[in-house]
Amino acid sequence: MDLPTFLVQCLNALQYGLLLFLVASGLTLIFGIMGVINLAHGSFYMIGAYLAFSLAPVFGGNFATTLAAGLVLAVIFGYLLEWLFVSYLYERDHLQQVLMTYGLILVFEELRSILVDNDVHGVPVPAWLSGSVQLGDLMQYPVYRLAISAVCLAVAAGLYFVIARTRLGMMIRAGSSNREMVQSLGINIKFLYRVVFAAGVALAVFAGMIAAPVSSVYPGMGAQVLIVCFVVVVIGGIGSVRGAFLAALLVGIVDTFGKVLFPQAAGIAVYLLMAAILLWKPEGLFRQG
Amino acid sequence: MIAAARRLSLPLIVVGLLLLFPLATTGFYLEFTSKVMILAIFALSLELLVGATGLVSLGHAAFFGIAAYATVLLSPKYGAAGVFWILPAAVACSALYAFCVGVLALRTKGVYFIMVTLAFAQMAYYVFHDTPLGGGTDGIYLNLKPEVMLFGARIVDLGKPVAFYYVVLACLVLVFLFLAVLLDSRFGRVLAGIKSNEQRMRAAGFATFPYKWAAFTLAGALAGLAGFLVAVKDGFVNPEMLSWHESGAVLLMLILGGMGRLSGAVLGAFAFALLQLFFQWDVAFGSFAKHWPLMLGGTIILCVAFMPNGLIGLPGQWRAWRARKAAEAARV
Repeated sequence: MDLPTFLVQCLNALQYGLLLFLVASGLTLIFGIMGVINLAHGSFYMIGAYLAFSLAPVFGGNFATTLAAGLVLAVIFGYLLEWLFVSYLYERDHLQQVLMTYGLILVFEELRSILVDNDVHGVPVPAWLSGSVQLGDLMQYPVYRLAISAVCLAVAAGLYFVIARTRLGMMIRAGSSNREMVQSLGINIKFLYRVVFAAGVALAVFAGMIAAPVSSVYPGMGAQVLIVCFVVVVIGGIGSVRGAFLAALLVGIVDTFGKVLFPQAAGIAVYLLMAAILLWKPEGLFRQG
Repeated sequence: MIAAARRLSLPLIVVGLLLLFPLATTGFYLEFTSKVMILAIFALSLELLVGATGLVSLGHAAFFGIAAYATVLLSPKYGAAGVFWILPAAVACSALYAFCVGVLALRTKGVYFIMVTLAFAQMAYYVFHDTPLGGGTDGIYLNLKPEVMLFGARIVDLGKPVAFYYVVLACLVLVFLFLAVLLDSRFGRVLAGIKSNEQRMRAAGFATFPYKWAAFTLAGALAGLAGFLVAVKDGFVNPEMLSWHESGAVLLMLILGGMGRLSGAVLGAFAFALLQLFFQWDVAFGSFAKHWPLMLGGTIILCVAFMPNGLIGLPGQWRAWRARKAAEAARV
């Protein structure tokens, strides 16, 4: 592998890892604070990609407007979903959470097939981001992928700021280390839950929307992301956003270079990484309280 | 004696009906019932983990699929394999994988355990999905069904649906009885203890890890039996058998039927398969029948919301509701 190829693969790994972080951070927050295993989280990513595809004609192909509209819809959707379904699950055991969210996946996938269809679709890269950057003499790298990485980094920084510096973030941190205590301190836990869930949904939908132009839009894309995000969350330590960030980058690197170096065993590399880390630290790298 | 007879009467009636079923029908419904009984064995194997030991595994389909693949891959290409070596070999493959996964996964607890079992199942899934070992995404065919030979004579022809039906029924009854005896033994009592309070079991002097490990391996082996039967029945395996949808579906059977009781697993397998069949029925649903996952998903959500103890818990739920009503009426 020569240097330009290596650089390109590094950028790919970074972009994939950061995208994973957007989805996994919602998953880990929802689990850490609400104690709910959300199998349907991958569906939100899928919904995001399909939103990018079906909203584009509505806004005349203006990508920024599409993104904004999708985000608004996602927050409303997440808020309603928490109210209608997820709020039943707080006192139930993990098994019932797994099943209810599994049921939601079936419903979402089938609604998707009724509302759109089962074909693979492409979403065009916005024109002002469609160029590419020269790397070395022979390699080029698309600007849009760089833009994805930049946007994800910005979102990650924003998330860090909200969690580390604001009052809401304080409640979130407190909630993830001791739920009962937060409740007894008089914080409106129902509101906190709804905000966190809606934010998690919005993050996953956002990830799906910005990924749509590079990954295309296809049925079953949610399940694939969901499982990898589980690995990210387990490696990072459930409930830890910082852990999810590092683990997502790690998974991005291992997966990307696994595909280049051992194409035969690419699917397995990530799981081997997880097994190795669990042998070393059974509760992930950064376990919260 | 009378109590035992009452407890046994319902299972005996069910087995009797299943024994007589092939006299009443052939073709589709016979094959369907064979399939459901195989699923019931699969669900029973998971019940040993989830219901009896309290270990929620979301990767049980791996063991199911591995045995199915082993059955096809170990069979000689141009001849029939003997059941008496291919069955143990296939089950041993699943048990071996469960043994290896168990030692890693059981180091974790609760939600980590759910996710880790899921991840290991996905790993097995990708082995068959991405590599040419088992024909990749297309799957692979079993050319000739295994033969049941004893002293040089063929005693059962597994290719005949009726004969296969009775073999599956026998397997189901044996697995059920085996698990019933096992859970009643000292081993089963320790598992129940681990389920209700592992800390206390350890304090009482039980090394809980080997018990959980043994239960995990055994559950993998029994799932392997179900996988073997599916491979023989369909003569075809593909990676979807190992997918997490399958793992989710079998968990669903348990919760639908009711946890903590062996009969719940069997009931759940039948209820799940019948629901699926019902929603696919185009006489009732017309062209909407092709969207059956939507209705199935909706039913699952309703079941979780309103029937937390499963079908087998319904009489109890009904009695509790009546008692509450009666108490309210008395107060008024």
